[in-house]
Amino acid sequence: MSESFTETLHINRHRLIAIIDYKAGNLTSVRLAFEHIGAECAITSDPTVIASADRVVFPGVGAAGEAMRNLQRLGLVDVIRQAAQSGRPFLGICLGTQIILDHSQEDGGTKCLGLLPGEVRRFAPADPECKIPHMGWNAVRIVKPHPLFEGIEDGSEFYFVHSYYPAPSDEKYILGETDYADVRFASVIGHANIVATQFHPERSGRIGLRMLANFVRWDGKC
Amino acid sequence: MLTKRIIPCLDVRNRKVTKGVRFQGNVDLGDPIEMAIAYSEGGCDELVFYDITASAENRQIDIGMVREVARAIHIPFAVGGGIRDLDDMQEVLLAGAEKVSINSLAVENPSIIAEGARVFGRQCIVLGMDPVANPDRRRFPSGYEITIRGFRQRTGLDALEWARRAEDLGVGEIVVNSVDTDGTRDGYELNLTRLIATNVGVPVVASGGAGNPRHLVEVLTKGRADAAIIASIVHSGEYTIAQIKEELARAGVPVRKKW
Repeated sequence: MSESFTETLHINRHRLIAIIDYKAGNLTSVRLAFEHIGAECAITSDPTVIASADRVVFPGVGAAGEAMRNLQRLGLVDVIRQAAQSGRPFLGICLGTQIILDHSQEDGGTKCLGLLPGEVRRFAPADPECKIPHMGWNAVRIVKPHPLFEGIEDGSEFYFVHSYYPAPSDEKYILGETDYADVRFASVIGHANIVATQFHPERSGRIGLRMLANFVRWDGKC
Repeated sequence: MLTKRIIPCLDVRNRKVTKGVRFQGNVDLGDPIEMAIAYSEGGCDELVFYDITASAENRQIDIGMVREVARAIHIPFAVGGGIRDLDDMQEVLLAGAEKVSINSLAVENPSIIAEGARVFGRQCIVLGMDPVANPDRRRFPSGYEITIRGFRQRTGLDALEWARRAEDLGVGEIVVNSVDTDGTRDGYELNLTRLIATNVGVPVVASGGAGNPRHLVEVLTKGRADAAIIASIVHSGEYTIAQIKEELARAGVPVRKKW
């Protein structure tokens, strides 16, 4: 019996978390983190699975240009847009957080999904010794309360790996901030049923798992 | 502020963590999964696993172990030892490792760095290098020569030139493991670490020689390293990660304090 068939048998669509696979990086750690907290999830590129899942995770590692091309090639743009507008809880992670904005400076300028207004900028530190990518654990200052932060102390550190950062067009979309390379950037953004982290909660130990558990319990309302 | 990472290194042989000095006289220390859990819960920021006999035995890395580690801990970890090609890299990453570390392979086939970076992203590709002091400044302007195959083979490559070339090829991080200080517990090779760390744009991880928390303070300040690998200092039970981090924090080094 094929693995995908076995997976389909066990899918309970009312509780399923769809982890969108658009060939942008390795999703194993995202899946393992959700499994660890007892959530039922599936890594999928199938629009019908994504459309019927009760929450959606939009992860990703890599470059914005190729990610957008992959989304188009796989026919996922519309279903992601629908998920974001449906009121179902929607979690962006890392590259997923960047390409839900309007535009990225990466790859000579890339038009993105525009689910939240804003752009993605490259770190440009004055200090030549400041390393890019921003890699490692850095503090997140909570600027706006959100169910995602329940039980998480202000200033807790999370694991980051990125060279570009989200810059929403309005402060009201900023939920958490982090300092690096001379900028204070939005490390957690969100609006309505959308929430998105520049860091990797699935790689951020117990506190990251707590954040994912908060997402699993969240009803998508603020 | 970005914190400095403390990274326990687990050398694995036949599914047991082992530790030797300069790759010799190894003794078994424990189960890699149990130790990974203990260090992760103890506050380490990342882990690295080396399958130390895969390369010599020309076999694939122990993928079953990588899968078990990925299930057991939820912080980043790197895996190295016995990586032979892109397929091996892919298998390790799909098993749940965050990064794959290459050393001898990169020297013998540098294009693997560019290929790996293109296929998996440069943040996944770690270059491990084992430099040894070499006073022949004409051939080795940095004063250090790269060795491979567990320090046994000299390459004629200058350490700094190799680091810069690897960065250009696309590595996301460089682990500088000093042959001269490895396993000695007399402190990291500060000059070498600083030389590499201040001349490349990617993060540099210091390795080899940690014997007490002061050594970490030194290499993360004077040595300009972004992260430090530790082994016997914690494997022996002499210090906990928390104790090391307390000392780092007292010295003004930014570290992750809540986990």
